[in-house]
Amino acid sequence: MKIHEYQARQIFRDYGIPVPNGVLCYTVYEVEKAAQEMNRMVVVKAQVLAGGRGKAGGVKLARSAEEARNAAKQILGMDIKGLTVEKVLVTDAVDIDKEFYVGLINDRNSKSVTLMVSAEGGVEIEEVAKNNPEKIIKFSINPLTGLLDYQARNVALELFGNIKLAQKAASIFTKLYKLYIETDSTLAEINPLVLTTGNEILAIDGKMNFDDNALFRQPKILAMREPDEEELQEIAANEKGLAYIKLDGNIGCMVNGAGLAMATMDMIKLYGGSPANFLDIGGSSNPQKVIDAMNILLSDKNVKAVMINIFGGITRCDDVAKGLIKALEIIMTDVPIVVRLSGTNAEEGLELLKQTGLPTVSSMSEAAKMAIELSKR
Amino acid sequence: MSILVNKDTKLVVQGITGRDGKFHTGKMKAYGTNVVAGVSPGKEGETLDGIPVFNSVAHAVKATGANTSIIFVPAAFAADAILEASEAGIKLVIAISEGVPIQDMIRVTPILKINGTLLIGPNCPGLITPGESLVGILPAMIFKEGNIGFISRSGTLTYEVVNLLSLNDFGQTTCVGIGGDPVAGLYFIDLLEMFENDPDTVAVVLIGEIGGDAEEQAAQFIAEKMTKPVVAFIAGQTAPPGKRMGHAGAIISSGAGTAAEKIAAFNKAGVPVAKEPSEIPVLLRAKLNGQIQ
Repeated sequence: MKIHEYQARQIFRDYGIPVPNGVLCYTVYEVEKAAQEMNRMVVVKAQVLAGGRGKAGGVKLARSAEEARNAAKQILGMDIKGLTVEKVLVTDAVDIDKEFYVGLINDRNSKSVTLMVSAEGGVEIEEVAKNNPEKIIKFSINPLTGLLDYQARNVALELFGNIKLAQKAASIFTKLYKLYIETDSTLAEINPLVLTTGNEILAIDGKMNFDDNALFRQPKILAMREPDEEELQEIAANEKGLAYIKLDGNIGCMVNGAGLAMATMDMIKLYGGSPANFLDIGGSSNPQKVIDAMNILLSDKNVKAVMINIFGGITRCDDVAKGLIKALEIIMTDVPIVVRLSGTNAEEGLELLKQTGLPTVSSMSEAAKMAIELSKR
Repeated sequence: MSILVNKDTKLVVQGITGRDGKFHTGKMKAYGTNVVAGVSPGKEGETLDGIPVFNSVAHAVKATGANTSIIFVPAAFAADAILEASEAGIKLVIAISEGVPIQDMIRVTPILKINGTLLIGPNCPGLITPGESLVGILPAMIFKEGNIGFISRSGTLTYEVVNLLSLNDFGQTTCVGIGGDPVAGLYFIDLLEMFENDPDTVAVVLIGEIGGDAEEQAAQFIAEKMTKPVVAFIAGQTAPPGKRMGHAGAIISSGAGTAAEKIAAFNKAGVPVAKEPSEIPVLLRAKLNGQIQ
């Protein structure tokens, strides 16, 4: 789960990480008023869940309330990577001496939280990692001790080269680690962390992602969720025990298991078709799940054919067939459907499906070829 | 021979009285797995399917000599169950539970290392040594005794491919589902090394997917350390970036972890990568006959 910059800043503030003042605004009028009250140079920043806001023109400096208003006019309603800007953050502009990067991530390889810092702040860290990997300092944190003060200080000293500043920065690092653990984060980034001309250290921009598996114990974080339309669909599917992701193609797929679902999409592509979605109905063969899955699939008007690919293990193919028969009694559709059943009780399942007149096949590749063929009719 | 589980495996089932625990205990027992105990706090003294139930793993180990544990408890309690098994002296833990928070797994990892406990999973289908021991939720009937090692990040895709292998007379020494989570126990390299050292395994099939760089590391390991042939398949070539494809770990983040990168790494290491599952037995046969290098 992702949150907006203004939400990340609130979490930073709650944990004592210094951030400049800011006001969240939804209208041009609110922006003008906020800038007037702040009575100084401000930055107007688009709040959308996408990177590269600056490059897209979603971040503007304003020297006066009038400039802030103009900036808001341009930014509110603009499109950044397919997302419409509905709100902006108006913050104090600060005099920057230097910009740094600070981030925490879960590292799959060391199986630990890794602190990454760099003097190349203000640019995307992926760019730095690609072009100047030596400019990133990485430190693996022992989960049994957490990030210790001296460790944070030593990393900060390497970055700032000045013990006074390093002590200030180290305190930010340890606070960031604390909030990272306590919120079950999977990414906590301050970029840039700035050194102001007045020798202050401030978090100017923040990005945080959270572990979906831990949201059950993070009610405060969950309350911050602002899903877009696509994510709403994914969440609704999730609540029904399905994993669904919409794609651009025209062949809908329904599969049991995530790996097999991906392999099914790949196979459709391999044979010259284009998958309309990823849909994993999971391990159970509950007929209701099959009905829900069919409803979701067919709600996508681009879908010209459906490929159902079931490899029965614990899931029994005859159960899936029963679910499908029930689903087709309820859902009226003229979209052609190809069914592939293999594994546990496949023969029984295929026998049951005879009454539906649906084309059935026993291999995945046959099913993909047939679905592509049918989608062209 | 085989790896990790065999006839000497004495299994304790944590969460034996839950719906999944009960169901799969029956399946494992029917396959011939030596299920010696179950754990369900508050139910010590009961039996299930003739298997004695204990309040703790420690009790189960003391009474039955269990050496392997399988975990079916809900995700929120999985880390606790893993640590309980480890502290009770269990040397191999298989965590089936899906949806375990990543921080829980990060905290568990160093303690397992100190105790010398090996972990498979979480969010995995478990493993099987055909003809000897099934520890997991894998459908037993598709497996066949033989000499191919099998490692996979996915469940049903494993069944799909194993079924194709068995139909083509490629039986298996051991098949391991390592699970779809970003932070998990034993991974590709650990298992490749075990298969390399297993005298009965002649070749390995590896099923990877998008997310992380474990496949790239596996490719490097194969090029540098392995003498046995490996054939691979990577799922997720059509997966869009930034979206979690069902498995918590199956995500292309910041442009990294793509199927194309993984396939390139394997090709560079001399590991043929199948275009679709049905090509795997074909490539395996060609590799074993020396038709491809």
